[in-house]
Amino acid sequence: MIALEKRPAPSRAWSMATPFLAVLLTMIAGGIMFAILGKDPFAAIRTIFYDPLFNAQFASYSRPQLLVKAGPLILIAIGLSLGFRAGIWNIGAEGQYIIGAICGAATGLAFYPMESWIILPLMIIAGALGGLLWAMVPALLKTLFNTNEILVSLLMVYIAEQLLAAMALGALRSPDGGGFPGSRNLQQYPSAHNAELIAGTGLHLGVIAALIAVIMAYILLSRHMLGFHIQLAGSAPKAARFAGAKPGLLVVTCMGISGGLAGLAGLFEVAGPAGQISIDFNSGYGFTAIIVAFLGRLNPIGILLAGLLMALTYIGGELAQFTLGLPAASIQAFQGMLLFFLLGVDMLTNFRLRWKTKGAV
Amino acid sequence: MSPLFSANGLTKAYPGVIANEDVSFEIGTGEIHALLGENGAGKSTLVKTIYGLVKPDSGEMTLNGAPFAPPEPRAARSAGVAMVFQHFSLFEALDVAENVALGMENPPKPRALAQRISEVSAAYGLPLDPHRTVGDLSAGERQRVEIIRCLLQDPRLLIMDEPTSVLTPQEVDTLFATLNRLKSEGTSILYISHKLEEIRALCDAATILRRGKVVGRCDPRESSARELAEMMVGTALHRPERDITPPGAPVLEVMNLTLPPASAFGTALKDVSLTVRSGEVFGIGGVAGNGQDELMAALSGERRTDHAAICLDGAGIGALPPRDRRALGICSAPEERLGHAAAPDMSLTQNAMLTGAERRELTRGGFLNWGKSREFAEEVIERFDVRTPGPEEAARALSGGNLQKFVVGREILQSPRVLIVNQPTWGVDAAAAAAIRQALLDLAAGGAAVLVISQDLDELMEIATSFAALNAGRLSEPHPMTELSLDDIGLMLGGMGAETGETAA
Amino acid sequence: MDLSAINWLTLLASLMVAATPILLAGIGELVVEKSGVLNLGVEGMMITGAICGFAAAYNTQSAFVGFAAAAAGGAALSMIFGLMTQVLMSNQVATGLALTLFGLGFSALLGQSYIGIKGIEVSAVPLGPLADIPVLGPVLFQHDAVVYVAIALVASVWAFLKFTRAGLTLRAVGENHDAAHALGYKVVLIRLAAIGFGGACAGLGGAYLSLVRVPQWTEGMTAGAGWIALALVVFASWRPWRVLIGAYLFGGITVLQLNLQAAGAKIPVEYLSMSPYVITIIVLVVMSSGRGRAALAAPAALGRVFHKSG
Repeated sequence: MIALEKRPAPSRAWSMATPFLAVLLTMIAGGIMFAILGKDPFAAIRTIFYDPLFNAQFASYSRPQLLVKAGPLILIAIGLSLGFRAGIWNIGAEGQYIIGAICGAATGLAFYPMESWIILPLMIIAGALGGLLWAMVPALLKTLFNTNEILVSLLMVYIAEQLLAAMALGALRSPDGGGFPGSRNLQQYPSAHNAELIAGTGLHLGVIAALIAVIMAYILLSRHMLGFHIQLAGSAPKAARFAGAKPGLLVVTCMGISGGLAGLAGLFEVAGPAGQISIDFNSGYGFTAIIVAFLGRLNPIGILLAGLLMALTYIGGELAQFTLGLPAASIQAFQGMLLFFLLGVDMLTNFRLRWKTKGAV
Repeated sequence: MSPLFSANGLTKAYPGVIANEDVSFEIGTGEIHALLGENGAGKSTLVKTIYGLVKPDSGEMTLNGAPFAPPEPRAARSAGVAMVFQHFSLFEALDVAENVALGMENPPKPRALAQRISEVSAAYGLPLDPHRTVGDLSAGERQRVEIIRCLLQDPRLLIMDEPTSVLTPQEVDTLFATLNRLKSEGTSILYISHKLEEIRALCDAATILRRGKVVGRCDPRESSARELAEMMVGTALHRPERDITPPGAPVLEVMNLTLPPASAFGTALKDVSLTVRSGEVFGIGGVAGNGQDELMAALSGERRTDHAAICLDGAGIGALPPRDRRALGICSAPEERLGHAAAPDMSLTQNAMLTGAERRELTRGGFLNWGKSREFAEEVIERFDVRTPGPEEAARALSGGNLQKFVVGREILQSPRVLIVNQPTWGVDAAAAAAIRQALLDLAAGGAAVLVISQDLDELMEIATSFAALNAGRLSEPHPMTELSLDDIGLMLGGMGAETGETAA
Repeated sequence: MDLSAINWLTLLASLMVAATPILLAGIGELVVEKSGVLNLGVEGMMITGAICGFAAAYNTQSAFVGFAAAAAGGAALSMIFGLMTQVLMSNQVATGLALTLFGLGFSALLGQSYIGIKGIEVSAVPLGPLADIPVLGPVLFQHDAVVYVAIALVASVWAFLKFTRAGLTLRAVGENHDAAHALGYKVVLIRLAAIGFGGACAGLGGAYLSLVRVPQWTEGMTAGAGWIALALVVFASWRPWRVLIGAYLFGGITVLQLNLQAAGAKIPVEYLSMSPYVITIIVLVVMSSGRGRAALAAPAALGRVFHKSG
């Protein structure tokens, strides 16, 4: 029989190895799932992980998509990881993402059709503020009334989705849209367009922002007192209080940063790749970012890599849908499985497996 | 007469440590048998083996002449073995009767059980209301719940694990009367303790454990405390030296501090006043749960109070957060080493940063200097003889004594003006305890004001110059330690004033 | 808006139907949390139950088989959570989230070929003369069996926790798992049983959505019902009968909001649709403020990882 035995200290080697092990296990389990669906598992795995980057036919389209998809995932996941490290569970990034997009787009559209260099910066500020304020609701309810931030932040996603529909159908609906839901397309409004910076790369301002967020988060966590307190609060809350960390301030800061970054991600998406506010504008980045954060072991560099990998599964999934007829939902299940395996093998960092022989009494 | 219980060659190893090695002993019927040993000597593992919580790697036991190898506590209980745990196995949100029922194999119907509890508690002089919620009970009352839970099963062998650590001297007398009565009824008792005087007063036989092995057997009534201590520790004990220097000017003053409890089952502080002078070790005694944690939190800054209720050199600091207080020279070490004074999963370097940032200037403009923090950790390790591979080791990998030396050393090396420590030697082996006590005395001799909160009266009598007792959130009038007898201290702990015996209202 | 357009009798009658999914999921989660485990995967287990129930009922044309399959599906998914949190000791919050994310994807995958298909009829329980009582009859006595099963379930959970030895043990494990272990109780097994029960209940709740309330299968059809069930447990301060009250209050709000939409209220539909979520948040705030009343009633070991040592 196998017994778990707590290690005297967390294993660093396993801490690095578990994400790779989890990806491997997910590929195996996913392959089995694809086989049950009647698809060739090897072709499916290849289509998801290899073809988007190296297949001559698709790579030219897929490669830029990698940055387009990874940008928002990384941006959101960096914010979430700060909170998760402190034991503050903002799982409503999807809502903050939507609100950021609405606020940013509304700011831009308010100036339409005026052209000025100031419009995009204003939109960026509005987007970040929108996400931040949306996240302040669970943060303040938590600090003032001790209300569970998990439930509140999540429930606010549904409110944000309804608000998104209301905006697409109401206040922000394009007057020239012939009555169809959806706002004006910001891609056709140069002052508000978050355009590709280098053609054919997918690189836009949101990707730059994500990279900056990675660097800032790295410095914050490894070199700054606030980052130290964040880690303390998650690893030993009483010790954090003893050290002088202020729990309420940490909640507000972590939720604020993650909300602001999610809002930014939403703004860059609506002003760039998506182009407009529509009923189905959000595509689950806020939830997938939770997986990205964990897969990256809540470490900024890890999140950067995890974001790229998760973006690959999105693109590869679409490709597999197109070439192999793999259902879209299977990719969602695949991503969920990845998180399972990751959390499951995570215990290897803190526990050691040991074979025990029974009957030694 | 054949023994009621015998253990033969019990061995149990955990990775890196042999908890019990070839342990053999016998307990006679109606005998109170002491199991004596330091923290970490293997007492807990041994009693868990008897109670069916731990399976030995080798060796066997007999009960009443028949082989005894309980696979789980249930089996031990039905064979007539009952146990009162050191850290109570009670459920705070449940009531007394429910707690008792959970520890029984076939509890009667709730109403009949409540009736039985009342009967037994009256018969043994342990008054208890079966319908009260356990979270509202004092430590002494909680122990009664555990004892009554055991007594209702008519045990042949009752195991008591460090039962007096949470009791006042008067409550100890009541407990001993109960145990002697059980003995006269033919029940055997295995009594685990490291308190020598108690064992000499109560027990008929003693088995002494050191590092997992039996190192001696004796009749404690015929051995001196000194002989027992030397068998237990292995060497002659070093007592801390102290210079009796007259205390200087008041440094830390607490005036009429009142603080509501932090949690549902916490204790409110009521009108607490005290003064600690330069060069003085001020001892605060009291049974756990009488406001020690709350007082500690108020002094360390974890909880804010009236600004003027706590003063340093006459200036109010009650509203300052922990980091500002440290900057002013108030350092502290809470009771719970792992999780409160230190973060278990973090390295010693990181744990040095935890409190050292201000006074050791480990930061600059909010940015951390890990190199300096590592040097600080190394200094603590060297000066306080902390046994560890190095400063990158996680705190939880250290033994209790070594981590406590690190925690206390980390505060002392910040040259505090005031040091507040709660339970400085709780669960620490004798050598480390002596080192820590000596360090506290040295700090005071250097002019600092030292406040020691402890449940260990022997410790306070050894190092404190003044003594006051906490009871239900109130602090007694302080007295010079030399003027107090053990009886006086007992009365103070019970909420009565010393000497005059007036009620501290 | 014309309030008289609302048929208040129908509204009251549909209240019990609207409340049943969250009532089932909520009472199951209550038992899980009483054992000291926080399973945030209710949403995932509900939606899995919804598709399992719909598919099984459609293929066998039996509502009973459908509900049984839903309970089995929910329980099976909950066992993944149980294995991860109880045996592999993973973080309960993260694992619960993973369960929801996985459940949403997995159910969509299973439900591919069932989109847009009409479900089967689930008939009312013939309660004879009771159903014919004016006013009370349509409101209380003309429902399908699951509505009554849900109420019976609340009563049984209440009795189980209050009067039985097993219920006492379950509460003890949720209060202090170390003490329970020291007394020889099998903490992990007891918790796994509770998690399985919670999963089965969530599955039933999901199936009630896809078989009775809607009744058809659409992706993501639970739309936050699982999260509302979690909030319901907090609202109820971990007491079974209060889960019932909370579920019916919430059911009432949902139904009223839908009726207002139908009656052509001047407020845009989207704002009415968000009202249940807004109200849930307000209720959570009220319950948690006031010196942490709700927190006081929470099982003390809720969400903490148990690892037996020695």
